[in-house]
Amino acid sequence: MSAAKPETISAGARYTEFHPRWYRRRVSVYWWLGQRQYLKFILRELSSVFVALFVVEMLFQLAALKNGPQAYADFQSLLQSPFVIALNIIALLFVMFHAITWFNLAPSAMPVRLGGRRVPAFMVAAPSYVMWIAISVFVGWMVTR
Amino acid sequence: MAETIILEIARYSPEQDSQPHFQSYEVPVHKEWVVLDALNHIKDTTDGTLTYRWSCRMGICGSCGMMVNGEPKLTCATFLTDYAQKGRKIRVEPLRYFPVVRDLVTELSDFLAKLKKVKPWLIHPNQPPLSQGEFLQTPTQVDRYKQFSMCINCTLCYAACPVVGLDPTFVGPAALALAQRYNMDSRDQGAAERIDELAHPDGIWGCTFVGECTRVCPKHVDPAGAIQQYKLTAVLEWLKSFVMPRGEETKNVSSETGND
Repeated sequence: MSAAKPETISAGARYTEFHPRWYRRRVSVYWWLGQRQYLKFILRELSSVFVALFVVEMLFQLAALKNGPQAYADFQSLLQSPFVIALNIIALLFVMFHAITWFNLAPSAMPVRLGGRRVPAFMVAAPSYVMWIAISVFVGWMVTR
Repeated sequence: MAETIILEIARYSPEQDSQPHFQSYEVPVHKEWVVLDALNHIKDTTDGTLTYRWSCRMGICGSCGMMVNGEPKLTCATFLTDYAQKGRKIRVEPLRYFPVVRDLVTELSDFLAKLKKVKPWLIHPNQPPLSQGEFLQTPTQVDRYKQFSMCINCTLCYAACPVVGLDPTFVGPAALALAQRYNMDSRDQGAAERIDELAHPDGIWGCTFVGECTRVCPKHVDPAGAIQQYKLTAVLEWLKSFVMPRGEETKNVSSETGND
């Protein structure tokens, strides 16, 4: 039978002569489509690509700013093209999904205790939302003043 | 005549079948009947060859975990009426991602090997003699690990975790949560012994925080929370190792033990 030692994690299951033919189902490549929660997880992971997209866009914007008024105007006109607007709307939705899902998961990773009792999950998540709204309002004020 | 419901049960006989097939059974729906009662009814009255594990029928032995309509469930706590009202059939399968021995029985030796690997027991090298009395814990110290200690090894969380399915070497939710249960115990000094297994690509770093283990856990253990909390501990230990490289003598993982 298998020479794998049960003590090693990577050894996997031990085969014994009493179970000659176990049935093992292969995991489908499309496993994440079968269940709503799995799909939500994959979308949450995918959302980081759009977070990166915003960062890259901002870096290009800063580069254009550095290269003078003409370069910045060119960049702005590029941003106004329908394709980029559509892409940015999709990216914004994903970034919001990213923020909300991770804010909601934070209490699970950070058990805050006060006076020996665990602080309720919404109390741990709330500061993130408050900061998010406060910064958004500040940025909005900066842009529109 | 009582209302009835169809149970579609996965059957697999290693002597005859190359893969499982479904067999349907009609069972009466009683208000107080759970899926396990229906299985017992089938085995007692219709088909004695149906094979499944069960013991306590009260959600503490952790034996009767199965996939019920694609969800990992303790069948002793899954009522027929919840499905009958929706007019659906109930599809019962063995827990996902485990090798199937026969019908609804899964093979657990891989899980048990992983569980043993994380040393889920109290490690106390300098244990004082019994004459000094028992270890005392404050309610606050108990509270820190109690949630993780509720695990009954039912392996529903393994059937819920896609990482378990995709990466057979992943230690898995229950074992990691139980390791954290002992790390957080004020009586335990084994955190340093466990860290090499836990802070490992097959350990906590294998977890992508899908969170399904926590959602399906019938005892509200929150394995996903335990793993993420240990990730923070592991990162802090890793950072500390730069400031104070740990030798064998000084190996002392402070972690989040209950020593406060």
